[in-house]
Amino acid sequence: MGRLPRWADVILTPLISVLLAFAISALVILAIGESPVEALKVMVEGALGSSYGWGFTLYYATNFIFTGLAVMVAYHAGLFNIGGEGQAAMGGLGATLVILSLPWPHWALALPAAMIGAAGFGALWALIPAWLQARRGSHVVITTIMFNFIAAALLNYMLVNVLRPVGSMDPASANFPAATHLPKLSEMALAFGITWGKNTPANITLFIALAACVLVWLLIWRTRLGYEIRAFGKSEPAALYAGISPVRITVLAMLISGGLAGLMAVNNVMGEAERLVLNSVEGAGFIGIAVALMGRNHPFGILLSALLFGFLYQGGGELALWTTIPRELIVVIQALVILFTGALDNMVRRPLEWVFARSGKRD
Amino acid sequence: MATDDTPAIELRGISKAFGPVQANKGIDLMVPRGTIHGIIGENGAGKSTLMSILYGFYRPDAGEILIGGRPIVISDSQTAIRAGIGMVFQHFKLVQNFTVLENVILGAEDGRLLRPSLARARGELQRLAREYELQVDPDALIEELSVGHQQRVEILKALYRQADILILDEPTGVLTPAEADHLFRILRGLRDEGKTIILITHKLREIMQITDNVSVMRRGEMVASVKTSETSPAALAELMVGRKVLLRVDKAPATPGAPVLELRGLRMVDAEGVERLRGIDLDIRAGEILGIAGVAGNGQTQLLEILGGYPEAGARLEGEIRLKGQPLPLSGSDGRARRRAGIGHVPEDRQVEGLIMDFSAWENVAFGYQDAPEFNRGPLMDHAAIRADAQGKIERFDVRPPNPDLAAKNFSGGNQQKIVVAREVERNPDLLLIGQPTRGVDIGAIEFIHKRIVALRDAGKAVLLVSVELDEIMALSDRIAVMFDGRIMGERLPKATTSGDLGCLMAGVDPAVVPATEAIPPAQAPGTEPGGGAV
Repeated sequence: MGRLPRWADVILTPLISVLLAFAISALVILAIGESPVEALKVMVEGALGSSYGWGFTLYYATNFIFTGLAVMVAYHAGLFNIGGEGQAAMGGLGATLVILSLPWPHWALALPAAMIGAAGFGALWALIPAWLQARRGSHVVITTIMFNFIAAALLNYMLVNVLRPVGSMDPASANFPAATHLPKLSEMALAFGITWGKNTPANITLFIALAACVLVWLLIWRTRLGYEIRAFGKSEPAALYAGISPVRITVLAMLISGGLAGLMAVNNVMGEAERLVLNSVEGAGFIGIAVALMGRNHPFGILLSALLFGFLYQGGGELALWTTIPRELIVVIQALVILFTGALDNMVRRPLEWVFARSGKRD
Repeated sequence: MATDDTPAIELRGISKAFGPVQANKGIDLMVPRGTIHGIIGENGAGKSTLMSILYGFYRPDAGEILIGGRPIVISDSQTAIRAGIGMVFQHFKLVQNFTVLENVILGAEDGRLLRPSLARARGELQRLAREYELQVDPDALIEELSVGHQQRVEILKALYRQADILILDEPTGVLTPAEADHLFRILRGLRDEGKTIILITHKLREIMQITDNVSVMRRGEMVASVKTSETSPAALAELMVGRKVLLRVDKAPATPGAPVLELRGLRMVDAEGVERLRGIDLDIRAGEILGIAGVAGNGQTQLLEILGGYPEAGARLEGEIRLKGQPLPLSGSDGRARRRAGIGHVPEDRQVEGLIMDFSAWENVAFGYQDAPEFNRGPLMDHAAIRADAQGKIERFDVRPPNPDLAAKNFSGGNQQKIVVAREVERNPDLLLIGQPTRGVDIGAIEFIHKRIVALRDAGKAVLLVSVELDEIMALSDRIAVMFDGRIMGERLPKATTSGDLGCLMAGVDPAVVPATEAIPPAQAPGTEPGGGAV
């Protein structure tokens, strides 16, 4: 029963896991006849080497922060929400309906309304599985997966039959009016006279994501609801003893989780595409699971791992562009990171504990 | 059978550490052949670690094991079984939906086909049953057997594997006094046949009753090995704890006041349609400890859960609960409403219910009281206030180590229980529900917890004590009610009863009414029979 110092538990273990994942990815790259060193160079250069690269990396990271936080909140209640994908898609629908239904005079007014729409639709999409779990015992893992498919089908229907402008052949909503376009980070920088990240999608939503990290931290570790969520997640019999209602906690945790996933739409639908397209989530809902796992279900860890996955996403795109390494390699690296940080956690932890126990004895 | 001089088991200098914790320190032990050897010690003294080493679950860091005079390295349980060691665990390792016979041969099948093994085992079981009073129906399913019979199956399993040395870990914890007596007869029979028996227990009475020799462990060390006939319970207790202890609870006679809790015809049918409580009528007065005796699983847990405000999901309830004259809702209540009404609750299982094991001690101090105004400031919880409260409780209850940041799981059983008791008692509830207050708690802490319960009583509060430890019930209660099969079988005053009398009631027999039959009086509850079947 060795114990790790906190910094080793929170920083060192995930770091070693990531390095192991990278090492094996390097072997894969070698096996397809490319140079891992070159590949790394292309990735770092493409994702972090310029303000242009950063603009994309931060944009992706913003998505992953929301979906990572979504997984985290449910996790603390002992619930595994794999429905982030569908909840984010529904969030997109909610934001779109809000934006297109009123002639918004300014983005600053449209933004809070769109946030409510996005979070509301995402939360609603999580509510049904939550209710089924709390009342009927239908496992939330199964139902949230199924709800991903239902969301995809529903979105398909809405885009083709309801939201598609007359005469358009594209299954997408109308473009959002210019007044609702969110300020890009590049534009905000320019206002201060700095040229940064021209033509990149990173936008003001990044700050909303950062605020969400702080708020979720407050919620989980400082509020009574967070206390009850954590207690319920650790032990349901104990929660019952303490007068914590399982139904209430399951529903509330899933509502918050779905709402966070839905909020992602503010970044990708309102901030980037500026209209609703098919498959706008692009797997970010699932990556949120890896982000939360690697971030140890702590908002600060999620911020860091969202940045890492943002880097992998953007760097992976660059790889596909400049080398013969297919974009899918990124999926391999992601899978390895999930494997090492999630499933094989003890493989790294045990030897580390041993090392610390030994060095502890010598002191 | 004549015993030769080589001891059945000899341990020399066995040491085992888990990280910084030295669980066993240079243990020497000599168990002569054909004896019953007791090993006694507080929780965490290292008894279980030592036995796990003997059964091959752990490898010792240092030391030597000799079985029948020959050194042996026990690397796994298979080696232990081959060396003739059989183990009966506290929590049985039986397949519930297998028959007795199938369980006995499990892992000891002769070949690929089961039939020959089963036939051989059937014959062998008959022989063992004759020789040792180990009668069990070989074709009964385990789930249909009583706990006492399940334990016999465990012993049979070991004997079937030709065990010469039998280790029993806290074997009587789940037995009625009569079942325990039967077990002891079996053990004596086995000893007389030349088997060697190691009995791990924390009950001094059992040690005195059945063992030939006894070894005392304290903090990982073997502090004494003596002949049982040459020692006394008080001497053993002192060796276990390292100081003099009070084996009896010092308390003034109770001065009961007005009834605090009144139960009338309380019935409960669980989600499966099983009637768990069959009409309970009870009064508990202010300034009185009512002890509920009974073998685990006779409705005590359900009673505590209902009073605590969290009956099992899907259960149907009938009857009346009144607290200080005010009716309490049967269901639709929750733990917090009950706490507000003045009921404190130390649950039977502190690790599953009473504490969140991953939470720190100070977070656990607010558990169940998380909405108390003094623990909250605006929308956020007031961590500083909770920590200050925890610090005070830790000091007043002498919780060790006195570190509020330590996770609950890192405290010993006794200190965990002190945290729970501190939390519930210091709220000064009108009624304290307390289940198994000292299960897995060391003697020093037992004394302390008992004193606190008595102090609460002396402050004019009512206490409902549920315990499967008859000694504890006898020592603490001002009045004893015995529960059997969801009924109160009878009430006794501790001075006017014996463990034999209570034992009969616990087995469902009222010695005053129907001596030695299995007749059970019909339910006295006025309520109608619930309409049967799960809803």
